[in-house]
Amino acid sequence: MESKGHIKVENLSVFYGKDQALKDISVKIPNKKITVIIGPSGCGKTTLLKSFNRLLDPSDNIKVTGQVLVDGEDIYGPNVEVTRIRKKMGLLSQKPYPLPMSIYDNIAYGPRLHGERNKHKLDRIVEHFLKTASLWEEVKAKLHSPASHLSVGQQQRLCLARGLAVGPEIILGDEPTSALDPKSSQHIEKRFLELKQQYTIIIVTHILRQAKRLADYVLFLYMGRLIEHGPADDIFEDPQEEITKEYIRGIIS
Amino acid sequence: MTRFFQQFLNFEKIRILKDRFAEKSLFVFMLIFGLALFLIILVLFLRTHPIHTMMTLPNLLFSTVWKPSKGLFGFLPFIAGSLWVTGVAMAIAIPICLLTSLYLVEYAPAKLRELISPLIDILAGIPSVVYGIWGVLAIVPFIKNYLAPLFGISSTGYSIAAGGIVLAIMVFPVIIHISVEILKAVPKDMKDASLALGATKWQTIKHVVMKRAMPGIVAAIVLALSRAFGETIAVLMVVGNVARIPKSLFDPAYPLPALIANNYGEMLSIPMYDSALLFAALLLLLVVLYFNIISRMILSGSKWSSYYYG
Repeated sequence: MESKGHIKVENLSVFYGKDQALKDISVKIPNKKITVIIGPSGCGKTTLLKSFNRLLDPSDNIKVTGQVLVDGEDIYGPNVEVTRIRKKMGLLSQKPYPLPMSIYDNIAYGPRLHGERNKHKLDRIVEHFLKTASLWEEVKAKLHSPASHLSVGQQQRLCLARGLAVGPEIILGDEPTSALDPKSSQHIEKRFLELKQQYTIIIVTHILRQAKRLADYVLFLYMGRLIEHGPADDIFEDPQEEITKEYIRGIIS
Repeated sequence: MTRFFQQFLNFEKIRILKDRFAEKSLFVFMLIFGLALFLIILVLFLRTHPIHTMMTLPNLLFSTVWKPSKGLFGFLPFIAGSLWVTGVAMAIAIPICLLTSLYLVEYAPAKLRELISPLIDILAGIPSVVYGIWGVLAIVPFIKNYLAPLFGISSTGYSIAAGGIVLAIMVFPVIIHISVEILKAVPKDMKDASLALGATKWQTIKHVVMKRAMPGIVAAIVLALSRAFGETIAVLMVVGNVARIPKSLFDPAYPLPALIANNYGEMLSIPMYDSALLFAALLLLLVVLYFNIISRMILSGSKWSSYYYG
Protein backbone atom coordinates (compact mmCIF):
# COMPACT_ATOMS: atom_id res chain seq x y z
CA MET A 1 0.00 0.00 0.00
CA GLU A 2 2.86 2.34 0.83
CA SER A 3 3.77 2.98 -2.77
CA LYS A 4 0.20 3.78 -3.74
CA GLY A 5 -1.23 7.27 -3.91
CA HIS A 6 2.15 8.79 -4.29
CA ILE A 7 2.34 12.06 -6.10
CA LYS A 8 5.73 13.10 -7.28
CA VAL A 9 6.40 16.27 -9.21
CA GLU A 10 9.51 16.66 -11.29
CA ASN A 11 10.62 19.91 -12.89
CA LEU A 12 7.05 21.03 -13.41
CA SER A 13 6.55 24.32 -15.22
CA VAL A 14 3.20 25.72 -16.33
CA PHE A 15 2.66 28.53 -18.79
CA TYR A 16 -0.53 30.49 -19.41
CA GLY A 17 0.30 31.94 -22.79
CA LYS A 18 3.48 33.87 -22.09
CA ASP A 19 3.06 33.99 -18.31
CA GLN A 20 4.85 31.32 -16.39
CA ALA A 21 2.67 30.35 -13.45
CA LEU A 22 4.86 27.57 -12.06
CA LYS A 23 8.62 27.51 -12.30
CA ASP A 24 10.49 24.25 -12.22
CA ILE A 25 8.83 22.61 -9.26
CA SER A 26 10.04 19.30 -7.88
CA VAL A 27 8.53 17.74 -4.78
CA LYS A 28 7.27 14.48 -3.35
CA ILE A 29 3.94 14.49 -1.57
CA PRO A 30 3.89 12.22 1.50
CA ASN A 31 1.26 9.52 1.77
CA LYS A 32 -1.64 9.55 4.20
CA LYS A 33 -0.74 12.94 5.51
CA ILE A 34 -2.23 16.35 5.08
CA THR A 35 -0.04 18.42 2.84
CA VAL A 36 -0.84 22.10 2.81
CA ILE A 37 0.21 24.43 0.04
CA ILE A 38 0.59 27.98 1.29
CA GLY A 39 1.73 31.21 -0.25
CA PRO A 40 0.47 34.67 -1.17
CA SER A 41 -2.36 34.99 -3.69
CA GLY A 42 -1.30 34.56 -7.26
CA CYS A 43 1.72 32.45 -6.32
CA GLY A 44 0.48 29.40 -8.24
CA LYS A 45 -1.03 27.36 -5.41
CA THR A 46 -4.23 26.51 -7.27
CA THR A 47 -2.36 25.90 -10.51
CA LEU A 48 -0.13 23.38 -8.76
CA LEU A 49 -3.13 21.65 -7.20
CA LYS A 50 -5.00 21.48 -10.48
CA SER A 51 -1.96 20.10 -12.25
CA PHE A 52 -2.26 16.99 -10.06
CA ASN A 53 -5.48 15.80 -11.68
CA ARG A 54 -4.98 17.42 -15.05
CA LEU A 55 -7.85 19.84 -14.64
CA LEU A 56 -5.19 22.07 -16.04
CA ASP A 57 -5.43 20.22 -19.28
CA PRO A 58 -3.05 21.54 -21.89
CA SER A 59 -5.46 23.39 -24.10
CA ASP A 60 -5.69 26.61 -26.05
CA ASN A 61 -2.88 28.43 -24.32
CA ILE A 62 -1.85 26.33 -21.35
CA LYS A 63 1.52 24.63 -21.67
CA VAL A 64 2.88 22.12 -19.19
CA THR A 65 6.46 20.88 -19.10
CA GLY A 66 8.06 18.46 -16.67
CA GLN A 67 6.33 15.55 -15.03
CA VAL A 68 3.62 14.82 -12.53
CA LEU A 69 3.93 11.20 -11.48
CA VAL A 70 0.94 9.53 -9.92
CA ASP A 71 1.75 6.00 -8.83
CA GLY A 72 4.83 6.26 -10.94
CA GLU A 73 2.94 7.17 -14.09
CA ASP A 74 3.53 10.49 -15.83
CA ILE A 75 -0.01 11.84 -16.14
CA TYR A 76 0.98 14.30 -18.83
CA GLY A 77 2.47 11.55 -20.93
CA PRO A 78 0.88 10.40 -24.18
CA ASN A 79 -1.71 7.61 -24.05
CA VAL A 80 -2.75 8.50 -20.52
CA GLU A 81 -6.45 8.13 -19.89
CA VAL A 82 -7.23 11.27 -18.00
CA THR A 83 -10.50 9.95 -16.57
CA ARG A 84 -8.63 7.13 -14.83
CA ILE A 85 -6.20 9.61 -13.26
CA ARG A 86 -9.00 11.84 -12.06
CA LYS A 87 -10.86 8.93 -10.55
CA LYS A 88 -7.96 8.55 -8.14
CA MET A 89 -8.56 12.00 -6.70
CA GLY A 90 -11.48 13.76 -5.15
CA LEU A 91 -11.62 17.51 -5.63
CA LEU A 92 -13.10 20.18 -3.39
CA SER A 93 -13.25 23.60 -5.01
CA GLN A 94 -13.34 27.02 -3.36
CA LYS A 95 -17.06 27.32 -3.76
CA PRO A 96 -19.02 24.07 -3.64
CA TYR A 97 -20.61 23.19 -6.96
CA PRO A 98 -23.31 20.60 -6.50
CA LEU A 99 -24.26 19.09 -9.84
CA PRO A 100 -27.70 20.07 -11.16
CA MET A 101 -29.44 17.01 -9.73
CA SER A 102 -30.66 15.55 -6.44
CA ILE A 103 -28.54 14.92 -3.37
CA TYR A 104 -28.66 11.18 -4.04
CA ASP A 105 -27.73 11.57 -7.69
CA ASN A 106 -24.81 13.83 -6.82
CA ILE A 107 -23.21 11.06 -4.78
CA ALA A 108 -24.22 8.30 -7.18
CA TYR A 109 -22.97 10.30 -10.19
CA GLY A 110 -19.36 9.14 -9.95
CA PRO A 111 -20.03 5.46 -9.26
CA ARG A 112 -22.58 5.43 -12.09
CA LEU A 113 -20.05 6.96 -14.48
CA HIS A 114 -17.72 4.17 -13.65
CA GLY A 115 -20.31 1.52 -14.34
CA GLU A 116 -22.12 0.86 -11.06
CA ARG A 117 -25.78 0.17 -11.86
CA ASN A 118 -26.90 -1.94 -8.92
CA LYS A 119 -29.52 0.05 -6.99
CA HIS A 120 -28.74 -1.55 -3.63
CA LYS A 121 -25.03 -0.99 -3.99
CA LEU A 122 -25.65 2.63 -4.95
CA ASP A 123 -27.94 3.08 -1.95
CA ARG A 124 -25.19 1.73 0.29
CA ILE A 125 -22.53 3.91 -1.31
CA VAL A 126 -24.67 7.03 -0.93
CA GLU A 127 -25.41 6.31 2.70
CA HIS A 128 -21.84 5.36 3.53
CA PHE A 129 -20.18 8.43 2.08
CA LEU A 130 -22.81 10.84 3.34
CA LYS A 131 -22.03 9.43 6.78
CA THR A 132 -18.30 9.79 6.19
CA ALA A 133 -18.87 13.44 5.35
CA SER A 134 -21.18 13.66 8.39
CA LEU A 135 -24.07 14.87 6.31
CA TRP A 136 -26.29 11.81 6.48
CA GLU A 137 -28.38 12.80 9.50
CA GLU A 138 -29.19 16.18 7.96
CA VAL A 139 -30.25 14.91 4.54
CA LYS A 140 -31.45 11.34 4.92
CA ALA A 141 -35.09 12.45 4.74
CA LYS A 142 -34.66 14.46 1.55
CA LEU A 143 -32.21 12.52 -0.55
CA HIS A 144 -34.16 13.18 -3.72
CA SER A 145 -34.53 16.92 -3.42
CA PRO A 146 -32.20 19.19 -5.40
CA ALA A 147 -28.71 19.47 -3.97
CA SER A 148 -28.70 23.21 -4.53
CA HIS A 149 -31.29 23.61 -1.77
CA LEU A 150 -28.67 22.72 0.83
CA SER A 151 -26.74 25.40 2.69
CA VAL A 152 -23.28 26.21 1.37
CA GLY A 153 -21.65 24.37 4.26
CA GLN A 154 -23.78 21.30 3.60
CA GLN A 155 -23.01 21.58 -0.12
CA GLN A 156 -19.29 21.45 0.57
CA ARG A 157 -19.72 18.31 2.65
CA LEU A 158 -21.86 16.90 -0.16
CA CYS A 159 -19.05 17.61 -2.59
CA LEU A 160 -16.66 15.84 -0.23
CA ALA A 161 -18.93 12.79 -0.11
CA ARG A 162 -19.33 12.93 -3.87
CA GLY A 163 -15.58 12.98 -4.36
CA LEU A 164 -15.03 10.10 -1.94
CA ALA A 165 -17.69 7.98 -3.62
CA VAL A 166 -15.52 7.27 -6.66
CA GLY A 167 -12.99 5.61 -4.36
CA PRO A 168 -10.03 7.94 -4.67
CA GLU A 169 -6.80 7.64 -2.72
CA ILE A 170 -6.08 11.33 -2.80
CA ILE A 171 -8.21 14.33 -1.82
CA LEU A 172 -7.46 17.71 -3.34
CA GLY A 173 -8.89 20.81 -1.68
CA ASP A 174 -8.63 24.22 -3.33
CA GLU A 175 -9.25 26.60 -0.43
CA PRO A 176 -12.17 24.34 0.43
CA THR A 177 -13.41 26.43 3.34
CA SER A 178 -13.06 29.90 1.86
CA ALA A 179 -16.77 30.21 1.05
CA LEU A 180 -17.92 28.72 4.35
CA ASP A 181 -18.89 30.18 7.71
CA PRO A 182 -16.63 29.35 10.69
CA LYS A 183 -18.83 26.53 11.92
CA SER A 184 -18.96 24.81 8.54
CA SER A 185 -15.22 25.33 8.07
CA GLN A 186 -14.61 23.60 11.37
CA HIS A 187 -16.83 20.77 10.20
CA ILE A 188 -14.77 20.29 7.05
CA GLU A 189 -11.45 20.56 8.89
CA LYS A 190 -12.56 17.87 11.31
CA ARG A 191 -13.41 15.60 8.38
CA PHE A 192 -9.95 16.13 6.93
CA LEU A 193 -8.28 15.15 10.18
CA GLU A 194 -10.35 11.95 10.25
CA LEU A 195 -9.82 11.19 6.59
CA LYS A 196 -6.06 11.38 6.63
CA GLN A 197 -6.04 7.90 8.19
CA GLN A 198 -7.08 6.58 4.79
CA TYR A 199 -6.34 9.26 2.25
CA THR A 200 -3.51 11.43 1.06
CA ILE A 201 -4.81 14.95 1.39
CA ILE A 202 -3.51 18.04 -0.35
CA ILE A 203 -5.03 21.39 0.52
CA VAL A 204 -4.44 24.88 -0.78
CA THR A 205 -5.16 27.55 1.75
CA HIS A 206 -4.45 31.21 2.27
CA ILE A 207 -5.40 31.01 5.95
CA LEU A 208 -2.20 30.50 7.88
CA ARG A 209 -3.94 29.41 11.07
CA GLN A 210 -5.84 26.78 9.14
CA ALA A 211 -2.58 25.56 7.66
CA LYS A 212 -1.14 25.25 11.16
CA ARG A 213 -4.17 23.35 12.41
CA LEU A 214 -4.18 20.84 9.58
CA ALA A 215 -0.75 20.47 8.08
CA ASP A 216 1.61 17.56 8.50
CA TYR A 217 3.67 18.72 5.56
CA VAL A 218 3.92 22.16 4.04
CA LEU A 219 4.82 23.55 0.64
CA PHE A 220 5.50 27.26 0.48
CA LEU A 221 5.13 28.80 -2.95
CA TYR A 222 6.15 32.30 -3.90
CA MET A 223 5.82 33.78 -7.37
CA GLY A 224 5.53 30.39 -9.00
CA ARG A 225 8.56 28.95 -7.22
CA LEU A 226 8.60 26.31 -4.54
CA ILE A 227 10.63 28.20 -1.95
CA GLU A 228 10.58 25.66 0.82
CA HIS A 229 8.92 22.42 1.81
CA GLY A 230 9.10 20.08 4.75
CA PRO A 231 7.28 18.78 7.82
CA ALA A 232 4.87 21.34 9.23
CA ASP A 233 6.74 21.84 12.48
CA ASP A 234 9.98 22.63 10.71
CA ILE A 235 8.40 25.11 8.34
CA PHE A 236 6.34 26.91 10.92
CA GLU A 237 8.86 26.87 13.77
CA ASP A 238 12.11 27.17 11.93
CA PRO A 239 11.83 28.25 8.31
CA GLN A 240 15.12 28.37 6.49
CA GLU A 241 14.36 31.01 3.90
CA GLU A 242 13.96 34.69 4.70
CA ILE A 243 10.86 35.00 2.53
CA THR A 244 9.15 32.08 4.27
CA LYS A 245 9.84 33.71 7.64
CA GLU A 246 8.29 36.94 6.43
CA TYR A 247 5.21 35.14 5.12
CA ILE A 248 4.70 33.18 8.31
CA ARG A 249 5.16 36.30 10.43
CA GLY A 250 2.52 37.95 8.28
CA ILE A 251 4.77 40.58 6.74
CA ILE A 252 3.91 39.56 3.22
CA SER A 253 0.57 38.10 2.28
CA MET B 1 -26.46 91.01 -7.25
CA THR B 2 -30.13 90.29 -6.62
CA ARG B 3 -30.80 90.43 -10.35
CA PHE B 4 -28.16 87.88 -10.99
CA PHE B 5 -29.67 85.75 -8.27
CA GLN B 6 -33.10 86.16 -9.86
CA GLN B 7 -31.74 85.07 -13.20
CA PHE B 8 -30.08 82.14 -11.62
CA LEU B 9 -33.37 81.12 -10.04
CA ASN B 10 -35.18 81.37 -13.37
CA PHE B 11 -32.50 79.32 -14.98
CA GLU B 12 -32.85 76.73 -12.27
CA LYS B 13 -36.65 76.72 -12.70
CA ILE B 14 -36.36 76.14 -16.42
CA ARG B 15 -33.92 73.35 -15.87
CA ILE B 16 -36.32 71.60 -13.55
CA LEU B 17 -39.24 72.22 -15.88
CA LYS B 18 -37.31 70.70 -18.76
CA ASP B 19 -36.49 67.71 -16.65
CA ARG B 20 -40.14 67.23 -15.75
CA PHE B 21 -41.13 67.66 -19.36
CA ALA B 22 -38.61 65.09 -20.52
CA GLU B 23 -39.82 62.55 -18.02
CA LYS B 24 -43.47 63.08 -18.87
CA SER B 25 -43.02 63.05 -22.63
CA LEU B 26 -40.91 59.91 -22.50
CA PHE B 27 -43.62 58.30 -20.45
CA VAL B 28 -46.20 59.25 -23.08
CA PHE B 29 -44.11 57.72 -25.85
CA MET B 30 -43.71 54.58 -23.83
CA LEU B 31 -47.46 54.51 -23.34
CA ILE B 32 -48.09 54.88 -27.07
CA PHE B 33 -45.76 51.99 -27.69
CA GLY B 34 -47.47 49.78 -25.14
CA LEU B 35 -50.87 50.82 -26.38
CA ALA B 36 -50.00 49.84 -29.94
CA LEU B 37 -50.05 46.14 -29.12
CA PHE B 38 -53.27 46.51 -27.19
CA LEU B 39 -54.88 48.49 -30.01
CA ILE B 40 -53.81 46.00 -32.67
CA ILE B 41 -55.39 43.17 -30.74
CA LEU B 42 -58.50 45.24 -30.03
CA VAL B 43 -59.01 46.30 -33.65
CA LEU B 44 -58.46 42.77 -34.94
CA PHE B 45 -60.86 41.47 -32.36
CA LEU B 46 -63.60 43.96 -33.21
CA ARG B 47 -63.22 43.49 -36.95
CA THR B 48 -63.43 39.71 -36.67
CA HIS B 49 -66.76 40.03 -34.96
CA PRO B 50 -68.95 39.58 -38.08
CA ILE B 51 -67.52 36.15 -38.84
CA HIS B 52 -68.47 34.96 -35.40
CA THR B 53 -72.10 35.79 -36.06
CA MET B 54 -71.98 33.37 -38.96
CA MET B 55 -69.76 30.53 -37.76
CA THR B 56 -68.91 29.17 -34.34
CA LEU B 57 -65.30 29.16 -33.16
CA PRO B 58 -64.82 25.36 -33.33
CA ASN B 59 -66.36 25.49 -36.78
CA LEU B 60 -63.89 28.13 -37.92
CA LEU B 61 -60.94 26.27 -36.45
CA PHE B 62 -61.79 22.72 -37.43
CA SER B 63 -63.76 22.88 -40.64
CA THR B 64 -61.79 21.88 -43.70
CA VAL B 65 -63.96 23.58 -46.29
CA TRP B 66 -62.61 26.88 -47.58
CA LYS B 67 -65.11 28.33 -50.02
CA PRO B 68 -65.32 32.07 -49.39
CA SER B 69 -67.76 32.66 -52.24
CA LYS B 70 -70.19 30.29 -50.55
CA GLY B 71 -69.56 31.78 -47.14
CA LEU B 72 -67.61 28.75 -45.90
CA PHE B 73 -64.48 29.64 -43.98
CA GLY B 74 -62.84 26.52 -42.55
CA PHE B 75 -59.36 27.33 -41.35
CA LEU B 76 -58.14 23.82 -40.69
CA PRO B 77 -56.16 23.52 -43.95
CA PHE B 78 -54.27 26.71 -43.09
CA ILE B 79 -53.73 25.84 -39.46
CA ALA B 80 -52.51 22.41 -40.54
CA GLY B 81 -50.25 24.05 -43.12
CA SER B 82 -48.74 26.31 -40.48
CA LEU B 83 -48.23 23.44 -38.05
CA TRP B 84 -46.64 21.23 -40.72
CA VAL B 85 -44.20 23.84 -41.96
CA THR B 86 -43.26 24.97 -38.45
CA GLY B 87 -42.93 21.38 -37.28
CA VAL B 88 -40.65 20.41 -40.14
CA ALA B 89 -38.56 23.53 -39.63
CA MET B 90 -38.11 22.81 -35.94
CA ALA B 91 -37.36 19.14 -36.54
CA ILE B 92 -34.52 20.20 -38.81
CA ALA B 93 -33.34 23.17 -36.77
CA ILE B 94 -33.32 21.81 -33.21
CA PRO B 95 -30.75 19.03 -33.55
CA ILE B 96 -28.49 20.99 -35.88
CA CYS B 97 -28.58 24.11 -33.71
CA LEU B 98 -28.04 22.23 -30.47
CA LEU B 99 -25.03 20.36 -31.77
CA THR B 100 -23.64 23.53 -33.35
CA SER B 101 -24.00 25.48 -30.11
CA LEU B 102 -22.44 22.69 -28.08
CA TYR B 103 -19.53 22.46 -30.48
CA LEU B 104 -19.00 26.21 -30.49
CA VAL B 105 -19.02 26.50 -26.71
CA GLU B 106 -17.39 23.27 -25.59
CA TYR B 107 -15.07 22.14 -28.34
CA ALA B 108 -14.29 24.84 -30.89
CA PRO B 109 -10.95 26.60 -30.57
CA ALA B 110 -11.38 30.24 -29.59
CA LYS B 111 -10.36 31.45 -33.05
CA LEU B 112 -12.99 29.41 -34.85
CA ARG B 113 -15.64 30.59 -32.41
CA GLU B 114 -14.74 34.21 -33.05
CA LEU B 115 -15.01 33.55 -36.76
CA ILE B 116 -18.35 31.76 -36.67
CA SER B 117 -20.26 33.92 -34.18
CA PRO B 118 -20.50 37.02 -36.42
CA LEU B 119 -21.48 34.79 -39.34
CA ILE B 120 -24.45 33.57 -37.36
CA ASP B 121 -25.51 37.13 -36.63
CA ILE B 122 -25.22 38.01 -40.31
CA LEU B 123 -27.50 35.07 -41.10
CA ALA B 124 -30.03 36.70 -38.78
CA GLY B 125 -29.85 39.96 -40.68
CA ILE B 126 -30.64 38.63 -44.17
CA PRO B 127 -34.04 39.93 -45.34
CA SER B 128 -36.63 37.17 -45.50
CA VAL B 129 -37.44 37.84 -49.14
CA VAL B 130 -33.85 36.90 -49.97
CA TYR B 131 -34.34 33.61 -48.19
CA GLY B 132 -37.53 33.20 -50.26
CA ILE B 133 -35.78 33.77 -53.55
CA TRP B 134 -32.98 31.45 -52.57
CA GLY B 135 -35.61 28.87 -51.65
CA VAL B 136 -37.24 29.18 -55.09
CA LEU B 137 -33.91 29.01 -56.90
CA ALA B 138 -32.21 26.28 -54.89
CA ILE B 139 -34.47 24.35 -52.53
CA VAL B 140 -37.57 23.99 -54.72
CA PRO B 141 -35.68 22.47 -57.70
CA PHE B 142 -33.65 20.33 -55.29
CA ILE B 143 -36.83 18.85 -53.87
CA LYS B 144 -38.44 18.47 -57.28
CA ASN B 145 -35.47 16.83 -58.95
CA TYR B 146 -33.73 14.93 -56.17
CA LEU B 147 -35.43 14.68 -52.80
CA ALA B 148 -38.99 13.76 -53.87
CA PRO B 149 -37.87 11.25 -56.56
CA LEU B 150 -35.71 9.63 -53.89
CA PHE B 151 -38.93 8.70 -52.11
CA GLY B 152 -40.62 7.83 -55.42
CA ILE B 153 -42.93 10.83 -55.25
CA SER B 154 -43.44 13.41 -57.94
CA SER B 155 -43.63 16.91 -56.59
CA THR B 156 -43.47 20.39 -58.05
CA GLY B 157 -40.99 21.20 -55.34
CA TYR B 158 -43.25 23.88 -53.92
CA SER B 159 -43.96 21.99 -50.74
CA ILE B 160 -43.91 21.74 -46.99
CA ALA B 161 -40.39 20.35 -47.23
CA ALA B 162 -39.22 23.48 -49.08
CA GLY B 163 -40.93 25.77 -46.58
CA GLY B 164 -39.55 23.78 -43.67
CA ILE B 165 -35.98 23.86 -44.93
CA VAL B 166 -36.03 27.59 -45.65
CA LEU B 167 -37.63 28.32 -42.29
CA ALA B 168 -35.19 26.09 -40.46
CA ILE B 169 -32.28 28.07 -41.83
CA MET B 170 -34.02 31.30 -40.90
CA VAL B 171 -34.40 30.26 -37.26
CA PHE B 172 -30.85 28.89 -36.92
CA PRO B 173 -29.45 32.19 -35.66
CA VAL B 174 -32.23 32.63 -33.09
CA ILE B 175 -31.63 29.24 -31.49
CA ILE B 176 -27.86 29.21 -31.81
CA HIS B 177 -27.37 32.71 -30.50
CA ILE B 178 -29.40 32.18 -27.33
CA SER B 179 -28.17 28.62 -26.76
CA VAL B 180 -24.55 29.71 -26.98
CA GLU B 181 -25.13 32.39 -24.36
CA ILE B 182 -26.92 29.92 -22.11
CA LEU B 183 -24.24 27.27 -22.49
CA LYS B 184 -21.49 29.78 -21.83
CA ALA B 185 -23.18 30.63 -18.55
CA VAL B 186 -22.65 27.14 -17.13
CA PRO B 187 -19.90 27.68 -14.52
CA LYS B 188 -16.53 26.19 -15.40
CA ASP B 189 -16.11 24.95 -11.85
CA MET B 190 -19.31 22.94 -12.18
CA LYS B 191 -17.96 21.25 -15.29
CA ASP B 192 -14.64 20.71 -13.50
CA ALA B 193 -16.49 19.09 -10.61
CA SER B 194 -17.89 16.52 -13.01
CA LEU B 195 -14.57 16.03 -14.82
CA ALA B 196 -12.77 15.62 -11.50
CA LEU B 197 -15.01 12.65 -10.74
CA GLY B 198 -13.64 10.95 -13.81
CA ALA B 199 -16.41 11.87 -16.23
CA THR B 200 -15.48 12.25 -19.85
CA LYS B 201 -16.19 15.51 -21.56
CA TRP B 202 -19.19 14.06 -23.32
CA GLN B 203 -20.60 12.62 -20.08
CA THR B 204 -20.14 16.02 -18.48
CA ILE B 205 -21.96 17.70 -21.34
CA LYS B 206 -24.76 15.18 -21.29
CA HIS B 207 -25.39 15.02 -17.56
CA VAL B 208 -24.32 18.42 -16.30
CA VAL B 209 -24.10 21.06 -19.02
CA MET B 210 -27.26 20.07 -20.87
CA LYS B 211 -29.22 19.62 -17.69
CA ARG B 212 -28.21 22.98 -16.36
CA ALA B 213 -28.81 24.74 -19.70
CA MET B 214 -32.08 23.01 -20.54
CA PRO B 215 -34.56 25.71 -19.47
CA GLY B 216 -32.71 28.32 -21.50
CA ILE B 217 -32.49 26.11 -24.54
CA VAL B 218 -36.19 25.32 -24.36
CA ALA B 219 -36.84 29.06 -24.26
CA ALA B 220 -34.66 29.56 -27.33
CA ILE B 221 -36.60 26.88 -29.15
CA VAL B 222 -39.96 28.35 -28.21
CA LEU B 223 -38.84 31.76 -29.39
CA ALA B 224 -37.71 30.25 -32.68
CA LEU B 225 -41.03 28.47 -32.91
CA SER B 226 -42.93 31.72 -32.71
CA ARG B 227 -40.64 33.26 -35.31
CA ALA B 228 -41.21 30.33 -37.64
CA PHE B 229 -44.94 30.31 -37.09
CA GLY B 230 -45.31 33.94 -38.10
CA GLU B 231 -42.81 34.05 -40.94
CA THR B 232 -44.65 35.12 -44.09
CA ILE B 233 -42.90 36.03 -47.27
CA ALA B 234 -40.12 33.43 -47.45
CA VAL B 235 -42.58 30.63 -46.73
CA LEU B 236 -45.22 31.97 -49.07
CA MET B 237 -42.74 31.93 -51.96
CA VAL B 238 -41.82 28.25 -51.67
CA VAL B 239 -44.71 26.44 -50.06
CA GLY B 240 -47.14 26.22 -52.97
CA ASN B 241 -50.22 27.85 -51.37
CA VAL B 242 -52.91 25.25 -51.95
CA ALA B 243 -55.79 25.32 -49.48
CA ARG B 244 -55.91 21.61 -48.76
CA ILE B 245 -54.82 19.64 -45.73
CA PRO B 246 -51.38 18.33 -46.68
CA LYS B 247 -50.77 14.59 -46.48
CA SER B 248 -47.02 14.40 -47.00
CA LEU B 249 -43.88 16.46 -46.83
CA PHE B 250 -43.94 16.92 -50.57
CA ASP B 251 -47.48 18.29 -50.71
CA PRO B 252 -48.00 21.99 -51.01
CA ALA B 253 -49.49 23.77 -48.03
CA TYR B 254 -51.01 27.14 -47.26
CA PRO B 255 -49.91 28.51 -43.89
CA LEU B 256 -51.89 31.26 -42.17
CA PRO B 257 -49.49 34.15 -42.82
CA ALA B 258 -49.41 33.31 -46.53
CA LEU B 259 -53.20 33.25 -46.65
CA ILE B 260 -53.43 36.73 -45.20
CA ALA B 261 -50.63 38.21 -47.28
CA ASN B 262 -51.94 36.76 -50.54
CA ASN B 263 -55.56 37.72 -50.14
CA TYR B 264 -55.98 40.73 -47.94
CA GLY B 265 -56.92 43.73 -50.05
CA GLU B 266 -58.23 41.60 -52.88
CA MET B 267 -61.65 40.04 -53.34
CA LEU B 268 -62.89 41.95 -50.35
CA SER B 269 -66.22 42.31 -52.12
CA ILE B 270 -67.00 38.79 -50.96
CA PRO B 271 -69.00 39.16 -47.78
CA MET B 272 -67.24 38.21 -44.58
CA TYR B 273 -63.95 37.62 -46.41
CA ASP B 274 -62.33 40.58 -44.75
CA SER B 275 -63.53 39.46 -41.36
CA ALA B 276 -62.31 35.91 -41.95
CA LEU B 277 -58.81 37.05 -42.89
CA LEU B 278 -58.63 39.24 -39.82
CA PHE B 279 -59.66 36.26 -37.77
CA ALA B 280 -56.64 34.46 -39.21
CA ALA B 281 -54.47 37.44 -38.33
CA LEU B 282 -55.76 37.52 -34.77
CA LEU B 283 -55.18 33.81 -34.41
CA LEU B 284 -51.64 34.17 -35.68
CA LEU B 285 -50.92 37.11 -33.43
CA LEU B 286 -52.22 35.35 -30.35
CA VAL B 287 -50.24 32.18 -31.03
CA VAL B 288 -47.00 34.08 -31.63
CA LEU B 289 -47.60 36.27 -28.62
CA TYR B 290 -48.27 33.25 -26.49
CA PHE B 291 -45.05 31.54 -27.55
CA ASN B 292 -43.12 34.72 -26.95
CA ILE B 293 -44.47 35.17 -23.47
CA ILE B 294 -43.75 31.54 -22.60
CA SER B 295 -40.20 31.85 -23.85
CA ARG B 296 -39.59 35.08 -21.96
CA MET B 297 -41.04 33.59 -18.82
CA ILE B 298 -38.66 30.64 -19.03
CA LEU B 299 -35.68 32.89 -19.78
CA SER B 300 -36.33 35.33 -16.96
CA GLY B 301 -37.19 32.45 -14.69
CA SER B 302 -33.89 30.80 -15.50
CA LYS B 303 -32.33 32.75 -12.64
CA TRP B 304 -34.71 30.92 -10.42
CA SER B 305 -34.22 27.63 -12.20
CA SER B 306 -30.44 27.93 -12.16
CA TYR B 307 -30.79 28.33 -8.43
CA TYR B 308 -32.96 25.26 -8.44
CA TYR B 309 -30.54 23.25 -10.52
CA GLY B 310 -27.53 24.50 -8.63
